[in-house]
Amino acid sequence: MGQTLTEKILSRIAGRSVAAGDFLELSPDWTFSLDDGIGLVDRYLRENGVEKLIAPEKIAIFYDHYSPADTPLHAHIHRLGRKLVERFGIPRLYDVGEGISHQVAIETGLVKPGQMVVNTDSHTTTIGAIGAIGSGIGCAEMAYLWAFGELWFRVPSSIRVTLTGRLTHGVTPKDIVLKALQELTARGGTYAAVEYHGDALANLGIPDRMTLCNMGVEMGGKFATVPADAVTLAHYRDLGLDPGPVVQPDADATYVREVKVDVGRLEPMVSAPSRADNVHAISSLERPRINQAFLGTCTNGRFEDLKQAADLLRGKRIASGVRMIVTPASRRVYQKALREGVVETLVEAGCTVTTPGCGACAGIHQGVLAEDEVCVATSSRNFIGRMGNRDAKIFLGSPLTVAASALEGRLADPRQH
Amino acid sequence: MRLDGQAIVVGDDVDTDVIFPARYLAVLDRKQQAKHLFEPLGAEFKERLDRSTVLAAGWNLGCGSSREHAVTSMIGHGVRFVVAKSYARIFFRNAINIGLPVVESPELAAAIADGAAVDVDLAAGIGSTGGTSYRFEPLPPALLEILTAGGLWARRAKRTAA
Repeated sequence: MGQTLTEKILSRIAGRSVAAGDFLELSPDWTFSLDDGIGLVDRYLRENGVEKLIAPEKIAIFYDHYSPADTPLHAHIHRLGRKLVERFGIPRLYDVGEGISHQVAIETGLVKPGQMVVNTDSHTTTIGAIGAIGSGIGCAEMAYLWAFGELWFRVPSSIRVTLTGRLTHGVTPKDIVLKALQELTARGGTYAAVEYHGDALANLGIPDRMTLCNMGVEMGGKFATVPADAVTLAHYRDLGLDPGPVVQPDADATYVREVKVDVGRLEPMVSAPSRADNVHAISSLERPRINQAFLGTCTNGRFEDLKQAADLLRGKRIASGVRMIVTPASRRVYQKALREGVVETLVEAGCTVTTPGCGACAGIHQGVLAEDEVCVATSSRNFIGRMGNRDAKIFLGSPLTVAASALEGRLADPRQH
Repeated sequence: MRLDGQAIVVGDDVDTDVIFPARYLAVLDRKQQAKHLFEPLGAEFKERLDRSTVLAAGWNLGCGSSREHAVTSMIGHGVRFVVAKSYARIFFRNAINIGLPVVESPELAAAIADGAAVDVDLAAGIGSTGGTSYRFEPLPPALLEILTAGGLWARRAKRTAA
C-alpha cells in the first residue's frame, strides 16, 4: 500500500515500514527548544540528575519569544539557557536577535527535506515547507528526549489539500491558508498531517509554503508539509547546500480527507475575533477602526511579506492614531530588508521596527494591546488575551491586508490599493 | 486508576492562551503557575475554579500553543483529572507525559453539569455523573502506563528503582 510523505519519513526514522495509527518510539533528526521553554527543560534535567545528553548535535536553541529580555525573570531564563548550552556542550544557540526558530532552520538550510523536527513550539509545522515534517511537543518530553534519545509518537493519518490556479492581485498565500482553515476548521486536522499538493505550488516559493504549513497547527495538525520539488531543490542550490535524499509520497497513498482550493478565485481572507478559524472573505466583513497593525511572526515575518507591505505603503503615511509594528522573522530577513530599502520605506510610512523574533504575537512584549483596542495582525492566533489583553480584539490577515488597514485606519481590502 | 471530584465546565476549542497566558511562561513552579490558570476568564470563573477538582470541556481542549504550563498549572491548582469531548494533540501529549489524567468521552463530557460530582475508572473506561454511567475507550496500554506512573519521568524513576 502506498505511503504518505509523513509515513515515508517516519518509516525511514523507525527503520521499518509504518502506517497511520502505529505507535513508535523514535529519535527525530532535530530536537529544538526556545527561550520560553528552556527554563522548564533545564528544571527537568536538573531535578532528574541528568549529566549527559544523548545527542547534543541534534539540538538547537533559539531565543525568539522574549528576546531581548524585557523583564528580570526573562533575563534569568536566558541566562539559565546559556549555562545549559555550556554544561551539555550543545553546539547551536541562536541568541538574541537571530530570529524565530522555524525561520532560521529553513533559511540557513539547517533542516533538510525528509527530516523530522520536534520543537517546544506548536508552529513547528512550518518546517514542512521544505518537504520535512515538524511538530510541537512539551518541555517534559523534550527534556526526556534529550536525556534518553527516544520518545513515543503515533503515526498520523494525512489530509490532502490540493491547491490549483494562480493568485490574483492583492491575494497572498496567507489568504490560501486562511481559506483552507475555514474549510477544515480548528478541529478538522486534529492528530493528522496536512499534505499540500496541486499545480498552484509551482508558483509558491519556500517563504509562501512556510505560511501554508505554519497554520497547519491551527487546523489541529500534527504536521503540515509540501513535498519537495524543483522549488525546494532550488532553495538548497541557492544556499550552496546538498538537500540530501528527497522523499516523495506515493501516488496511491491513503488520505482520510481531501480539500480543494482554487487559489485564483480567492479574495483576501480575514480571521475575525477570537478564533483563528472564524474566517471570512474581506468583502463580507464590517470595517472596524484599528489601533494597531502588526506585521511579522513565523506566519508572515519574512522578506517577501515586508516587501509586499512596503510596496503598498511606499510614499504614503499610515493613518493617524494607528501604530504599525514590524518585526522581521530573522536577522537575515532584517538584513535583506535593509539592503533593499524595504525597512526605509516602512519607517518613512510611519512603521516601528523591532528586534527579529516572535514580536507582539504572543502578548509578551513589543506591542501588547490595551483594553478595547483593535489590532489587525499577520500572525496566526487571535484567541482571547492572545496579545496580552483579554478585552482587545485581533483580526488576522495577510501582510497586504495589514498594510492597507494601517493606511486607512480601519480593516481594509488591499485590492483597493 | 479511579478518580473523583467536583467539576467546572468550559466550552469548545478552549485554547492555551485562555488556559495560561504566554507572559507567565517563565514561571516554572506549578503552584505559582496555578495563580494564572484561566486568568483571562476573570474573577468569577476563578472563584468557581477554586472550588473545583475536575475540568470538563468540549471539543478540542487545549488548542494552540505547545506550552505544557496549560497542563502543569492545572496540576498545580489541584485538578485531579480532565474530561473532554476531544483534545488538541499537544495538550493531550503533555497531559499523558506529565501525568494529568485525561478522559476523552463526548458523552460523559456532555453530561457533566457545572459543580457536579464526577468519577472515572481510567483502566475500565467507565465514568459517571448525575447517576448515569458512560463507557469510554480507555487509553492504549502503553499510554495508560505512562499516565498512571505519573508521566514519562516518573515512569523512568520507577523502572530504575525496580
